[in-house]
Amino acid sequence: MFGLEKKDLRLLMFVAGLTLLAPFLLNPFPEGSAMAQFNAGYPDLMQRFVIFGIFAIGFNILFGLTGYLSFGHAAFLGVGSYSAMWMFKLFGMNVIPALGLAIAMSGLFAIVIGYVSLRRSGIYFSILTLAFAMMSYALAYSVLATDMDGPDKQGLLQKGLTGGETGLQLTLQDPRILGAQTTESGNIPVPSLFGVEMRSATELNLGDWVFTFSAGYYFSGVIMLLAFYLSIRIFRSPFGMMLRAVKSNQQRLTYTGLNPKPYTLAAFVISGMYAGLAGGLMAAMDPLAGPERMFWTASGEVVLMTILGGAGTLIGPVLGAGAIKYMENILSKINSDILHTWFAFLPDGLENLIVGMIYPFIGKGWHLTLGIIFMLVVIFLPGGLVEGSQRIGRMFKRKQADDDKPTATTEPAE
Amino acid sequence: MGILEVKGVGKRFGGLQALGDVNLSVAENSCHAIIGPNGAGKSTLLNCLIGKLIPDTGSVTFEGQSVLGRSPHEINQMGISRVFQTPEIFADLSVLENMLIPCFAKRDGSFELNAISAVRNQKDVQDKAMHMLEDMNLADKRHMHAASMSRGDKRRLEIAMCLAQEPRLLLLDEPTAGMARADTNNTIDLLKQIKEERDITIAIIEHDMHVVFSLADRITVLAQGTPLVEDTPDKIKGHPKVREAYLGESAD
Ligand SMILES: Nc1ncnc2c1ncn2[C@@H]1O[C@H](COP(=O)(O)OP(=O)(O)O)[C@@H](O)[C@H]1O
Ligand SMILES: [Mg+2]
Repeated sequence: MFGLEKKDLRLLMFVAGLTLLAPFLLNPFPEGSAMAQFNAGYPDLMQRFVIFGIFAIGFNILFGLTGYLSFGHAAFLGVGSYSAMWMFKLFGMNVIPALGLAIAMSGLFAIVIGYVSLRRSGIYFSILTLAFAMMSYALAYSVLATDMDGPDKQGLLQKGLTGGETGLQLTLQDPRILGAQTTESGNIPVPSLFGVEMRSATELNLGDWVFTFSAGYYFSGVIMLLAFYLSIRIFRSPFGMMLRAVKSNQQRLTYTGLNPKPYTLAAFVISGMYAGLAGGLMAAMDPLAGPERMFWTASGEVVLMTILGGAGTLIGPVLGAGAIKYMENILSKINSDILHTWFAFLPDGLENLIVGMIYPFIGKGWHLTLGIIFMLVVIFLPGGLVEGSQRIGRMFKRKQADDDKPTATTEPAE
Repeated sequence: MGILEVKGVGKRFGGLQALGDVNLSVAENSCHAIIGPNGAGKSTLLNCLIGKLIPDTGSVTFEGQSVLGRSPHEINQMGISRVFQTPEIFADLSVLENMLIPCFAKRDGSFELNAISAVRNQKDVQDKAMHMLEDMNLADKRHMHAASMSRGDKRRLEIAMCLAQEPRLLLLDEPTAGMARADTNNTIDLLKQIKEERDITIAIIEHDMHVVFSLADRITVLAQGTPLVEDTPDKIKGHPKVREAYLGESAD
């Protein structure tokens, strides 16, 4: 079905199931219980899971397949956000054209940046992409943020193309020529899909549990599933195979009559467009775009996500994005008071000692935890979380095989 | 005029004149061996033919067209394939995938954005690759990681990958180096068979005189970057200059 092999179809269905049921799966603890702070099933965070999932899926097409490590992909994220914002400002609040422009503009940027950066490989390629991203950041932060309307006019470009430090925001004066300039109550309209507002949500109360179904989340989720499906097709295509050949032995590839340049450039542009789509979705969920979205730390984050999940695997980037966003949002909210309530059953001295030991790794210290987990994964599980789950799966299988030896069959390779 | 014409080719690495003034004409559908001691410049000469190196002087033409100034993939698409001294394969890919890539390169040219259809649905390419693997007795190993094959298998895979492109000229750089006697004989048989069955020209660099004398129609002896003599195998065997410069080393 969908032109996929059974194995891949199962993976797609698995991800689709997780995505559709996420509001339940991520809210396992009843409201008001001590564990409720580990719930991640609120729209804002779920949207971030899938949007960064898209970003990482696209990044993986470049890095996972060709081995070219870009340190500047956040530039495309930013381009996507600004493009979507301008679409909202000029034409209207429908998210489809906004995402279209986000993809197109980030694709154009990726052609230029990729064409120049891909003249080098290895560390020099990485540095070039980093330089481009920092230039984009500087452009967005100051160069393109100067008043382009002139001192006496108060028009659209009053704060330039990007709005500088405060970012690009919607205003009541935006023309929105194809939609309503203001809502009936005189407010700024919100992004919507043919009338369905992205921020709208319904809540379901089941006993002590509260589940939230957000339009924005499901819209982003469906787009992530499409993006994931497309990436499976790319992985299994001749093009995907050539990209892996680039990583494996570029010399053999050229002496086999294939030109690696257009292959790597196409991979770069495709992954740039994925990033642009993710950036556009961010603006669609929360209509605001700031330069920090292009900062180098944002570029580094997607590298971490991909490696943590498993570079070059299909589902790895999605897992990595989820894991990092979960830690960023959940670990960082735990504070020492919460720790004290958890360990209150211990004798005072011991309680303070344990809280003191854990404290550096939570709250603002969540980066420390992330760093340690990342190091452990890179050292012991170079294939990332995917390799980890495969190992667990194999251990489980072996046990099963030991239990019922006579019926055990060897599985064919692939 | 031969299918490959090398005229006055020279190449210098810093202070080292790796190739002096090489003239070579390889006749169509022949097997031309290039022999010479280590460091004579044999591999360097091949590098100049496939665009890996650009010679400082001279010209290289293949089927009447200049090779110089073209990039390696273009030269390959003209019909020249090379087997390297140490096997160059896609180590991280499966054996079948290694075989599929040259088949795609032959069918689709140097670039094709074929990003949606599945590799396994490309029947023509799949069949051709499987057929080549069967010919080389590698079909059983098709799902193996290419990196985990034996050296002999890697070499045969590389030869098969080159043949899948249906080249007009096949360049082989010491294809039997490091091989056991039995593998060497198999390779000789394989190359003989290729020569008979296909419309192909072979240029081979080889240290093993047994291989050279079983395959070559003509032999060029290279020493210190310049051709010493060029002749038929029988004449080369008896040539005093050659015995002294090269064969002498391995005669005893
Ligand atoms: N890329 C290079 N840079 C510098 N020197 C080289 C290079 N390639 C080959 N040489 C030198 O040129 C000479 C000829 O080398 P080569 O062509 O590999 O000899 P062989 O006949 O054994 O294949 C050797 O002295 C080698 O060290
Ligand atoms: Mg050599």
